[in-house]
Amino acid sequence: MSTIAQASPGGVALQVRDLQKRYGAEKVLQGVSFAVSPGEILVLMGPSGSGKTVLLRHLIGLEEPDAGEIRINGQVVRGAQVLEHYRVAMVFQSAALLNSLTVAENVGLYLIEHRLRSAEEIRRIVSDKLSLVGLAGAEDKFPAQLSGGMRKRVAIARALVMEPQLILYDEPTSELDPLSAEVIAEEILALRDRIGVTSIVVTHDRTLAFRLGDRIGFLSAGRLVAVDVPQRLRQHPDPMLQQFLQALRGPVPQEVES
Amino acid sequence: MFQNLGEMLLLFARVLRAVPFTWRHRHKVFEQFYDIGNASLLMVCTLSLFIGAVVALQTGPVLVDRGLAAALGGIVGVSLCKELAPVMMAILIAGRNGSAMAAEIGSMQVYQEIDALRTLRIDPVHFLVLPRMVALAAALPLLVIISIMVGWFGGALVAAYNDRIAVGFQAFFENLRDVVALEDVVHGLVKSFVFALLVGVICCHQGLATRGGPRGIGRSVTKAVVNSIVLIVISDYILTRLLLS
Ligand SMILES: Nc1ncnc2c1ncn2[C@@H]1O[C@H](COP(=O)(O)OP(=O)(O)OP(=O)(O)O)[C@@H](O)[C@H]1O
Ligand SMILES: [Mg+2]
Repeated sequence: MSTIAQASPGGVALQVRDLQKRYGAEKVLQGVSFAVSPGEILVLMGPSGSGKTVLLRHLIGLEEPDAGEIRINGQVVRGAQVLEHYRVAMVFQSAALLNSLTVAENVGLYLIEHRLRSAEEIRRIVSDKLSLVGLAGAEDKFPAQLSGGMRKRVAIARALVMEPQLILYDEPTSELDPLSAEVIAEEILALRDRIGVTSIVVTHDRTLAFRLGDRIGFLSAGRLVAVDVPQRLRQHPDPMLQQFLQALRGPVPQEVES
Repeated sequence: MFQNLGEMLLLFARVLRAVPFTWRHRHKVFEQFYDIGNASLLMVCTLSLFIGAVVALQTGPVLVDRGLAAALGGIVGVSLCKELAPVMMAILIAGRNGSAMAAEIGSMQVYQEIDALRTLRIDPVHFLVLPRMVALAAALPLLVIISIMVGWFGGALVAAYNDRIAVGFQAFFENLRDVVALEDVVHGLVKSFVFALLVGVICCHQGLATRGGPRGIGRSVTKAVVNSIVLIVISDYILTRLLLS
């Protein structure tokens, strides 16, 4: 397999311009534009079916847009190209672990298949990442033996192993108890502080959104209705957005630490 | 089925280009190889025993009535190694292992495991398709050799112990050795090798092309097996023409 992008550590700048995608007659993305700077955490919220997952899939090259462009560090990337030049990781909404492999094999898969480390080192890295997500000792279990929340955490560990420059979390805490969710939130922040990774977090959890987001974007029916810092988003005039914020889980945070 | 033909050719070309990486994926190849043997060996033996037996049972009395009993060994011998063993074993493998491959890859597609592989920059053709195709291409000819021998034995048993035939073991195998040439066996093995590639490409392609949730997996498996059988039989005719000329 070809060489792995060895770009400088730290996050990438991401620019999305007028992204459009339709499946059959259904317009799923109708001109989405935004930019994320290196090390920033952008939270994406929006009703079910508004196109959040589809947007993430475009960013990691699993889908090709009908129109519009994606730039990373100023350079246009098309489809799967993005993975050739940058380390981008995605935590799938469904975790998407390989069911025939153990937890350790899942987490270490990237290093194993690309032969980036010795078996000894891989074992160490895998157990490091697993303890990071609170799953130390789960190495030899199979995904089918884990709960939904545990699978999600394994998926996060698998993404971390790549030491990504851009990491896309699709509802990383949706199946977690509040305590584990807290641990994951801490880790998303720590990761940014430690290596300056650029993150996009899709979530329905209002507390998490306001806690993590440097900015929060609101996607509705394939359009990015608003994207702004949390304080200002709460004053945003869009009625749909206000309704949505009211209905979401978790108390509305009064103060947002920066 | 034929709109997929282009896609399957493309997949086959990608597998060919991946062949130099086989050694790297050897553990997965062995695993698949073992799976195929484990799932099919007993069935291969049972099926072959009865195929040989029924050929002897059908042709034996006809030959005996015309005073041609001595030709029985050759007929069972040739029909098994050139035709029945390769075709029947390929169909068996399609039903037994090809279906499993389509289901496994199909469920990986449906549950986004293949997307996950892509995001880890792991080519599903290298990771999933190559090991299966190599294992099939190695295993099927071996199973066919076993099938041929067990089938001959089944034919010989019926020839010897059926009252209407009563051709002894020795006479049976002497004639068989006279008639069956090494190239007849090679003929069968070449066929089985091609069938293995066919089954592999069809079933893996069908798995990768799975859409539409769990119901899609069922549809894929059915299509994979049916298409495999149809193409095995059609290509059998073409191969026979080619190999005879
Ligand atoms: N492969 C596909 N083919 C056809 N339609 C699709 C496909 N993927 C997504 N869609 C459609 O695109 C729309 C957006 O889907 P998406 O998964 O992005 O929603 P979402 O915002 O992630 O919702 P949720 O919060 O429930 O995860 C949906 O209407 C869905 O039906
Ligand atoms: Mg989604």
